[in-house]
Amino acid sequence: MTVAVSILPEQQLDALNAAYNQAVARRRLRLLLGAVIFAGALVLAAIGAEVNLRTLFTYFGNFISYFDRILTLDSGQRVWTDVGEWLWGWRKWLKMLGETLLISYVGTLIGATFAFALNFLAAENTSPSPWLRFVVRRLLEFARTVPGIVFALIFVIAFGLGPMAGVLAIAIHSTGALGKLFSEIVENADMKPVEGIRSTGASWLSCMRFAVVPQVTAGYASYALLRFEINVREASVMGFVGAGGIGQELVVAIRKFYYSDVSAILLTIILTVFIIDITTGWLRGRLFGKEART
Amino acid sequence: MTGPQEIDTARIRARYPDVFDRPASARLAMPAMIVAAFAILVYGLVDLDFSPSRLFAGLSQLGWISLMMIPPDPGSSLPIYLKALGETLSIALLGTTLAAVFALPVSLLAARNVVPSKILRFPVRRFLDSIRGVDTLIWALVWINVVGLGPFAGVLAIAVSDFGAFGKLFSEAIEGADQKQVEGIRASGGSALHEIRFGLLPQVLPVIAGQVLYFIESNTRSATIIGIVGAGGIGLQLAEQIRVLEWQKVSFLILMILVAVAAIDFISGKLRFAIIGRRAVA
Repeated sequence: MTVAVSILPEQQLDALNAAYNQAVARRRLRLLLGAVIFAGALVLAAIGAEVNLRTLFTYFGNFISYFDRILTLDSGQRVWTDVGEWLWGWRKWLKMLGETLLISYVGTLIGATFAFALNFLAAENTSPSPWLRFVVRRLLEFARTVPGIVFALIFVIAFGLGPMAGVLAIAIHSTGALGKLFSEIVENADMKPVEGIRSTGASWLSCMRFAVVPQVTAGYASYALLRFEINVREASVMGFVGAGGIGQELVVAIRKFYYSDVSAILLTIILTVFIIDITTGWLRGRLFGKEART
Repeated sequence: MTGPQEIDTARIRARYPDVFDRPASARLAMPAMIVAAFAILVYGLVDLDFSPSRLFAGLSQLGWISLMMIPPDPGSSLPIYLKALGETLSIALLGTTLAAVFALPVSLLAARNVVPSKILRFPVRRFLDSIRGVDTLIWALVWINVVGLGPFAGVLAIAVSDFGAFGKLFSEAIEGADQKQVEGIRASGGSALHEIRFGLLPQVLPVIAGQVLYFIESNTRSATIIGIVGAGGIGLQLAEQIRVLEWQKVSFLILMILVAVAAIDFISGKLRFAIIGRRAVA
């Protein structure tokens, strides 16, 4: 069977063509306008950020040669030819790395605990009063918008140099970030169990404990693990402002131009981050897998 | 009729053994995990020199600091701060744009449906991962060594560290794209480049645009801090004022950051709706 393609009369076709062209032209104009505005913003930003392409081109060699230098030992050989010499400080670095991991672990757990306590107050469906909800939400927003390292700077002055400032900074930032994510999970939870429990005359706390928490724990654990991953990275730079961990060693190595140490410390940080990423990914898979089975 | 107290619990117990008589191992798993988690926490607190006296001394110190922060007051440095804020926004915008421009071609190389060979994809992915494993602040320090102190180092730091994140996100977006369009182009005799240009990009560009906008937003936050190591922007002012204990200026700067981030959130949210439609965002 053949299908005939109907050909419209010339007049009708012209009208349709005109309408089509007009629509396309309008879209193109909008796109062009957007592009022009964006380009304008970029130019303004380039002036604001003192971008100097000549500096970049003259010094771009430096960027390449920087990596060349950090991969060269004092003796002039490549770092991987003498691993013992390259990683000479591995005992100290591993200890600092352990401190970094501990900072992020403790910070994440404290943050997660506070977020757990607060998120039911911040979620739309479980909050006991809109007033409380508003206050808690603004509090969480504040905690996550102020960067962790700014908290660390202030805490170093209040609590003295050392990992305590780093832990508290990470804990506050995690409370803000996790509190929001947790409350979003709660908002997606099924409310029927809550009604069931409330109908038996249970208090608000019992409703949360027996109706909401069982639904949301897997999601909480998953987000907390993700946060731990992010916090390991964040804790690796807490030392820059004196808040403990491997960052302290790194900033000293960079500022004093101990080139091969820079690459050695960076290597240990990157490897640690890889291992943490893979482990938490595996754990998350197991947690969600378990949830899917029940 | 019998009352509710007549319910035969013994029979119900017998019928649903897994609800009423869970094995001890299942009942103990969760508490055991929680106890273990908090045991490590306690060990950490001891190892990291947490002592109640230090905590309370610090908290009272923190209380004093917060009192001294009120009211927020820029003094006579408001113009400097506004300029620094502009610098920060410029760093975020330029850094994100640069990262996106360079990440797009690389992300194609890391996507399973564009480069089927695992051996070719593997080094690209590990390369992106390594860049992502290094914090923005570290990149900032490296770039300061290369182009000197100032916001330009900040732009390059954001560009490099986001390059790693974008490469991963874009390649995931590309892998999620529908293959049918690409096959259609191939069937009509298009080359590999045509497949990407007309089959893939129209599908993924809105997704990518949404992600770039989201990153501009989150980079405003990152850009506020890279000044702490000397890479320009409002972080530089903030770190300086904290070091000289000018708490009123510190609180003013923090407020400025909060307002700026909220404004960028609002604008980029609107733009995202405009580009990819309200439904796709929600």
